Amino acid sequence: MSIHIQVQTDDFNVGDEHNTLCSNNKSDGAVVTFTGLVREFSSGDNVIALELEHYPGMTEQLLQSIAEQAQTRWQLARICIIHRVGYLALGEQIVFVGVTSRHRQAAFEGAQFIMDYLKNHATFWKKEHFKDSSNWVEFKQSDKQAMGRWES
Amino acid sequence: MAVGSEINPNDAIPSAQNVEILFFGQLKERLKCSKLSLEITQPLTISELKLRLVSQYPDWQPWLEERELLAALNQTMSSSDEIVKAGDELAFFPPVTGG
Repeated sequence: MSIHIQVQTDDFNVGDEHNTLCSNNKSDGAVVTFTGLVREFSSGDNVIALELEHYPGMTEQLLQSIAEQAQTRWQLARICIIHRVGYLALGEQIVFVGVTSRHRQAAFEGAQFIMDYLKNHATFWKKEHFKDSSNWVEFKQSDKQAMGRWES
Repeated sequence: MAVGSEINPNDAIPSAQNVEILFFGQLKERLKCSKLSLEITQPLTISELKLRLVSQYPDWQPWLEERELLAALNQTMSSSDEIVKAGDELAFFPPVTGG
């Protein structure tokens, strides 16, 4: 079992990460990846960019612990979590989660679990930049509700 | 805790008598402060330490008393009754919004 965690300002290449998850991997029949992008998610105003800040040290520990929790719940052989920080323009990639498993169900569920936990627990803060102003993003209740499905 | 006993005064290493306090996100911006070092003479709870900060920086009161504010002690999420000792790292921040 392997876990790869990375918090970085640089972009990532989904193809490269996918290849790493698949390479020399004869036991897993499923790879699920998720990529999050910067979108115009504020109502009305046009977001031109996002700025992401994090708590260095604590973030990596939290992501590691989320990945370990996922591995105790599902048979996930490989997990890769990459999260970008800094200034990101519209359409840029923010987050990547990739998991491998023997079967697809564990891979789908594991990836979703990791994203839900990441949104609720990982120490990142987003700020939206508009043409003439900026604004910190508020925590969404819907993200908290998405966690509920893993608590049974 | 013994780590601080050989501190060279010329170093920027936190003193063993101090708690390193960090602020993130919107809170950091409102306080116009990302980090400070607070000397404590005895262990305090996180709430008590917050009161110390408010007495020292009265302008910070509305932001530090915000209900949704979270705290992490030595990089672990913590409740307000947990004890802070000299040499600890304590962070305050708003709810997270990553992903």
